[in-house]
Amino acid sequence: MTADTTTPTPVASGTTGEPALKVDSLWKIFGNRSDKIIGTSDADLSRKDLQEKTGCVLAVKDVSFEVAPGEVFVVMGLSGSGKSTLVRCLTRLIEPTSGSVVLNGEEVTSANEGQLRELRRKQVAMVFQHFGLLPHRQVIENIAFGLEVRGDDRTSRRRRAQEMVDLVGLSGYERSYPDQLSGGMQQRVGLARALAADPAILMFDEPFSALDPLIRRDMQNEVIRLHKEVGKTMVFITHDLAEALKLGDRILIMRDGEVVQVGRPDEVVGAPADDYVKDFVSDVPKSHVLTLKWVMRPARPGESDSGPALQCDTIVRDAARDVLAANGPVRVLDGDKVVGMVDDQDILRVVVAEEGTS
Amino acid sequence: MTVQVLARPVNKEAEPPTERAKNRHTMPLLGAVIVVWVVGWLIFRNHDTLVLSFQQQTDFHKWINDLRDNIQASAQHNWFFHGVIGKITTFFNWLVEQIQHLFSLPAFPRPVPQVGWLGVLVLLGWVGYAVAGARSAILVLVTVFLFGILGAWQDSVDTLIITLIAVAICVIIGLPLGIAMARNKLVSTLVTPVLDTMQTMPAFAYLAPLALIFGIGASSAVVCTLIYALPPLVRITEHGIRSVPATTLEAAGSLGVTKRQLLRQVQIPMAKRTIVVGINQCTMAALSMATIAAFVSSPGLGQDVEQALQNLDVGGSAVYGFAIVIIAIMLDRTTTAASERSEKQSAARVASVGGPGVMLVTVVLEHLPRWASEETKGRRPLPSKAFRRGILGIGLVVVAISIWLSRQYLSLASFPKSLDFGTDISNKVSDFSDWFVNLAEPVTNAFKNVVTYGLLNPLQSLLGESPFWLIAPVILALALILGGWRALAVSVVCEAIIFGTGLWHDTMVTLTMTLVATVLVMLVAVVLGVSMGRSRRADTIIRPVLDTFQTIPPFVYLVPALALFGPTRFTAIVAAIAYGVPIATKLVADGIRGVAPTTVEAARASGITRWQMIRKVQLPMAREALLLSTNQGILYVLSMVVIGGLVGGGSLGYIVVSGFSQDQLFGKGLAAGIAITALGVMLDRIARYTAARHGRA
Repeated sequence: MTADTTTPTPVASGTTGEPALKVDSLWKIFGNRSDKIIGTSDADLSRKDLQEKTGCVLAVKDVSFEVAPGEVFVVMGLSGSGKSTLVRCLTRLIEPTSGSVVLNGEEVTSANEGQLRELRRKQVAMVFQHFGLLPHRQVIENIAFGLEVRGDDRTSRRRRAQEMVDLVGLSGYERSYPDQLSGGMQQRVGLARALAADPAILMFDEPFSALDPLIRRDMQNEVIRLHKEVGKTMVFITHDLAEALKLGDRILIMRDGEVVQVGRPDEVVGAPADDYVKDFVSDVPKSHVLTLKWVMRPARPGESDSGPALQCDTIVRDAARDVLAANGPVRVLDGDKVVGMVDDQDILRVVVAEEGTS
Repeated sequence: MTVQVLARPVNKEAEPPTERAKNRHTMPLLGAVIVVWVVGWLIFRNHDTLVLSFQQQTDFHKWINDLRDNIQASAQHNWFFHGVIGKITTFFNWLVEQIQHLFSLPAFPRPVPQVGWLGVLVLLGWVGYAVAGARSAILVLVTVFLFGILGAWQDSVDTLIITLIAVAICVIIGLPLGIAMARNKLVSTLVTPVLDTMQTMPAFAYLAPLALIFGIGASSAVVCTLIYALPPLVRITEHGIRSVPATTLEAAGSLGVTKRQLLRQVQIPMAKRTIVVGINQCTMAALSMATIAAFVSSPGLGQDVEQALQNLDVGGSAVYGFAIVIIAIMLDRTTTAASERSEKQSAARVASVGGPGVMLVTVVLEHLPRWASEETKGRRPLPSKAFRRGILGIGLVVVAISIWLSRQYLSLASFPKSLDFGTDISNKVSDFSDWFVNLAEPVTNAFKNVVTYGLLNPLQSLLGESPFWLIAPVILALALILGGWRALAVSVVCEAIIFGTGLWHDTMVTLTMTLVATVLVMLVAVVLGVSMGRSRRADTIIRPVLDTFQTIPPFVYLVPALALFGPTRFTAIVAAIAYGVPIATKLVADGIRGVAPTTVEAARASGITRWQMIRKVQLPMAREALLLSTNQGILYVLSMVVIGGLVGGGSLGYIVVSGFSQDQLFGKGLAAGIAITALGVMLDRIARYTAARHGRA
């Protein structure tokens, strides 16, 4: 948080090792008697076959993952892949059909209405694609809204809202109404509103899809900056791979409601789980994502004793200048240990391959 | 307003306002005005209240009486009254009489009409099939047969005649006018304010001036029904033509259509369904006015109800009231079915226009009142054209035979007495009503007392016992605070007119009843509307009830209210509430439903309770709908409060009614009509400008 808010995030203190969010075999099927499907052989059917057979629409199929405290976890998929349904199931804005969601050790899926409300008020906050602002309230009142509904007193929620205004760079617009702001600024209000409650987890549902590309880049940088400043756990939904690679510590790729792959950006690009993902990442400038680990070759005997060295998680683009400037192969280290070598050829292969495809 | 707020430097130390800046000043100012009022009332109570006793008349009233006498005396010589108005009057009277002789009145030298009851029955059934299909035809047959059973054959047919003549003329005038307004901005700017005024004027108010010009009788009835029913048709026609999307017009334009082709082949076909809905609205308005026109001696059921009400005969008024209700249902269902049909018929054409066309139909559907489309669920395929033509042809033969039969046999010409149960039903209803009223008395009395002592009496003494020089500025101040300068300007003019009519005190009494009823209407409307807006199930249960209530002409509401509460001013208030609630509730419900789902979801995500959702999100966001609903509620209530003068409501409404029946009170009655109009316009404009200032976020 900002300097004057010292509230520690509950997860970061103490309970290391325990995930901030744990999702276990979560299902969501829309339609009548959809709860009867899970566990039967129908559950193995593809989305299309299931709809033909039962009339039910499969949105989320047996999804499990964990998010570590402070991590930015991106869920990526095309429209209709079930990602927006998934994120709504996490706070039960949509009621999941089965499975469990545990948030900071608290079972969301079995919470009663009161507990669920408490959870939404204090633990999780969401940022929406279409902002969901209240047109009849000023910016500052919109930001303070979550605090107001949970019963914070006027002075403290005003102070808090003002801090958030400053944090997201909206100073001077406190008294404006949402319709007087541009799309990017409206989403900043949405962001500030989510941050105001000081939640343990922030969820973003395609927050920047409705914005034009330049504003979108600004807002992505804003999220990166905020993540550095406040260190929240974030679950980020997007259909934009570049955005996913840019923001995500880890990325979950969904298709037709199912998980296709979960991994770090370089894993997704370097080792796509199947053709679907491979096709997806084919346009990505690999040198911007892959680390040396993905391009190095095993060291030949005697090579690894001396000469320039780089860490194995250095991104290829950042390593290129050093490697090309070196007179021979460069050692790749994992901590102190030599794990491989890269030379000009290895670097150029990645960069030139890109030139070829683009 | 908000721009100023934006420009103000932000001072973080100062306590920031929670409400919008403009509202911050509104509440204390309102409070201050009311405090001044109450203090003034305490000091100057019962001074200068301008009470005018019932038989007292001012010079203005006498002047109107003289004017009337002059007009009547000089009518034979004056070219305008003799040449123009006289011709119109004679024409309408002649037209109505001819049709009456055809269907309802004995046609000399015959002791019965040209067409007997069987002929009328089958003919109307055939018309029902032709415009709206088999189900409507059955409804029409049953309804028309019931006219006879209820013992109200002739009056029911007369009411239908007046209504349908007015609708026919409305269509002849209204359709071209609506189309012209949609295509020409100038026409629209010129005609819209006229329509506004016509719709704001309570029906009661223009009966007297029309009676002055067109005399008492069928002619006045047709003209006032026409005036009342025309605006909705024109408005909806204009809306329908205008709603054809610009992309479609552009696409048509790129194909090089002429203006005429555009109108005939794109705009009218695409607006057809909307236009038929306009005819439906027009028909319902015409029916309600045709019953109220009883006060200018329109033939038909209205007179029966009026007389029964004045004699406090619950049973009699119930029978005739019921006849009006079944006519209303028949006309509503038939025209609604006709509009659905026109949609199905034009479906193919619209589809060929392409995507935007289909979208238009959907858009229009969503903007129409729900009852217009409720039967579309059980949609069936239309019978083939050849089949329909065959049925229509056979039907025509049956109609001819029936008419011939009804001319041959007396029992088929005038409805047989043995089937007439009117008196029996009337007696049964009276007995039942006596029993029920006794049973319900503790409840109704409690309700009556709470409203009377809690709301009505305090407000009445505040409004009625304050000196006029205190209330006048108080109302102006309230108008200014709520609605701004334009509301103030309108209020000044309206107050001057009310003062000029010499009926200041009676107007204040009417205002009291209007305000009390409006408050109660809004209480009910918000409760019902919020539950409908939030729950599909509540909506499906409540909406059809409201729909039915809305088709009932206002006159009929007085019957049950009279039975329950006797002839008091409270009866008028109860009827006004029943009349105002449906429209107000629907507007609130639509407003609540109109709140963006993304906002509702975002609010839910912040852990909001149900009550907080209603109070902090849905109601504030539906503010515009709430204000609009209040506006409509006031107008509906006012028109009903005035009609309630008939059953003990007193004040302006009673004066208007007396003006029709007592010769020497004509001038005072007309003045009361003017006062009602001024009051209505003032309330409407204050509400409207308030909505404009405070409605939008």
